[in-house]
Amino acid sequence: MHVLVCGGTGCQASASAQIIKNFEDILAAKGLQDEVQVVRTGCFGFCEKGPIVKIMPDNTFYTQVKPEDVEKIVNEHIIKGRKVTDLLYMDPENKEHVADSKHMGFYRKQLRIALRNCGFINPENIDECISRGGYEALGKVLSEMTPQQVVDEITKSGLRGRGGAGFPTGVKWGLCAKNKCDEMYVICNADEGDPGAFMDRSIMEGDPHSIVEAMAICGYAIGATHGLVYIRAEYPLAIHRLQVAIAQAREYGLLGKDILGSGFDFDIELRYGAGAFVCGEETALIHSMEGKRGEPTLKPPFPAVSGYMAKPSNVNNVETFANVPIIITKGADWFASIGSEKSKGTKVFALAGQINNVGLIEVPMGTTLRDIIYEIGGGIKGGRKFKAVQTGGPSGGCLTEKHLDTPIDYESLAAAGSMMGSGGMVVMDDTSCMVAIAKFYLEFTCEESCGKCSPCRIGNKRMLEILTKITEGRGTMDDLQELRNLAAVIKDTALCGLGQTSPNPVLSTLDNFWDEYVEHVVDKKCRAGVCKKLMRYEIDKEKCIGCGACKKNCPAEAISKTDYIAPGHKLPSMMIDPSKCIKCGACISTCKFSAISVK
Amino acid sequence: MAKVKSLAELKAMREKLQSTLDLREKSNDPDSFQTGCMGYCHAEPTIEVKCPGKDPIVFGHVDNNRADEILTKYVMNNEIVDGVIPVNYETI
Repeated sequence: MHVLVCGGTGCQASASAQIIKNFEDILAAKGLQDEVQVVRTGCFGFCEKGPIVKIMPDNTFYTQVKPEDVEKIVNEHIIKGRKVTDLLYMDPENKEHVADSKHMGFYRKQLRIALRNCGFINPENIDECISRGGYEALGKVLSEMTPQQVVDEITKSGLRGRGGAGFPTGVKWGLCAKNKCDEMYVICNADEGDPGAFMDRSIMEGDPHSIVEAMAICGYAIGATHGLVYIRAEYPLAIHRLQVAIAQAREYGLLGKDILGSGFDFDIELRYGAGAFVCGEETALIHSMEGKRGEPTLKPPFPAVSGYMAKPSNVNNVETFANVPIIITKGADWFASIGSEKSKGTKVFALAGQINNVGLIEVPMGTTLRDIIYEIGGGIKGGRKFKAVQTGGPSGGCLTEKHLDTPIDYESLAAAGSMMGSGGMVVMDDTSCMVAIAKFYLEFTCEESCGKCSPCRIGNKRMLEILTKITEGRGTMDDLQELRNLAAVIKDTALCGLGQTSPNPVLSTLDNFWDEYVEHVVDKKCRAGVCKKLMRYEIDKEKCIGCGACKKNCPAEAISKTDYIAPGHKLPSMMIDPSKCIKCGACISTCKFSAISVK
Repeated sequence: MAKVKSLAELKAMREKLQSTLDLREKSNDPDSFQTGCMGYCHAEPTIEVKCPGKDPIVFGHVDNNRADEILTKYVMNNEIVDGVIPVNYETI
């Protein structure tokens, strides 16, 4: 028998170490230490109800266990085999105690569809993929369905583009299929560019065959025989695994001529990108593949009409493709039964930032931000206060506490001033300055702007200058209005998606954290202590004993002696000249008497 | 390897491969391989151990010493070691 006690940060804060000790002591006292083993585990992700104790092998899940409950668990459960009912997890809906953790709603919060094979199979072995039903969807469409039926099935499933914009995938395929041409292309957009997003890379590294299979299905549906994967060269492992997958699929006759005896030909090539953010935009991506500069062009013409080499092309994102085979095998109705009204299926998110369980998660559409952050993500690191969550990367926005119960789908995120984006989710606590965050994303956009249209090239640069002014304490209230004006113009007039969405981080922080902007402008204060130029180091003259350690360590010679001797001290205290101080913090780390603080 | 000629052949192949994979999981010869991201980046590096007849277990924060410990204690003697990462999702 095993007793698993959660040793995650949250549970440790609520005495899980004491619980482990009590278990060990009581079990030893009863002579059970050889039969029952106590194990400290990683975070269960259920910190809201911690500390967690799980008894194996019967999967009993005890929540909010206190050190004094241990004796009862040992006496009742371990010795007599009776579960301690009042410590069991209570289902919030029907108020019943749940004994077996496999039936807890918590485990249904995450549902892995796109990630179904990631972490299960050896991605470099096609046999393992086939043993889990790989390539059967391709077999099914080639032998049992017409191309139109495939398009209809995908349309009916409600699958929408996972790259961020959310265009219905089936409709996109249908538009492309109408343009019959001697040469057509299926393009997989694997140019994952959002800072902090890594779901596409993980799918390609963990389950490359699902992409190969889905591209062949798409090829059959739209009438294309060529597939191209546009992938950034900085993803060497993903490239390697795709190459291996493609080679193995060719060897098995699942790519190439006359696939599965159906007469359908399809093959895939890789194209490498240099990692420019704008090349995730489909027209820029196509130009980059053609060997031209990675710059977007006006749509229409859409790639479905004139894409790669001016031939009809269909561009889908990696995660979108990863959903396709399973929709074919399990049916559109099954897929449409998952998710919210207008957004079907699941979405993979890369959780990052000040959150306990950083990692890759997949949840049904319509899950709330609160469930993701507090139940799956295990809450904020160090028990600090939640401040904001950034979704959608440089094109998205920052959502706050009041949005925590927003169900996540394309529409509600857009209504809240952010966007789905490709699925990066950066959680921030009260040590983040929202003006600095807006500036960070704008710096990224300015760096990545291709420079073709002036609203993006010049407008974003001007916005960045204003934000820099504000973070340095030179901002005015007029600047805040000017930011809004510029943002509106850029949104309306920029050429491509990158430019049109680039003001989002600024607008959403202006909307949700107006007070913080005003503090920077009027009070010249940064409450998070991030904006260096707004910080002021001060020495408390009553606490300073005048040892002079700070003065010796100051690289800017900003510290000098005063003529004030605090009561009880022998030497005059020190002071900092703000005009010389470079805010390096060397004095704070030197002072043994905590006399220096940042204001 | 011969080419797969039809859907029926592919399905037959799956059945056969499933039983060989089962065999791998049921046999007592240990085998290790690299897989894709399990999603537990907060506890990296992670390894998953599948022992015949038991639920798979994921161990987090593995280094050389921990790997030795997992082999000698869990794989050979069925004692669980600290640092188990609990599964918190459903899959299809």
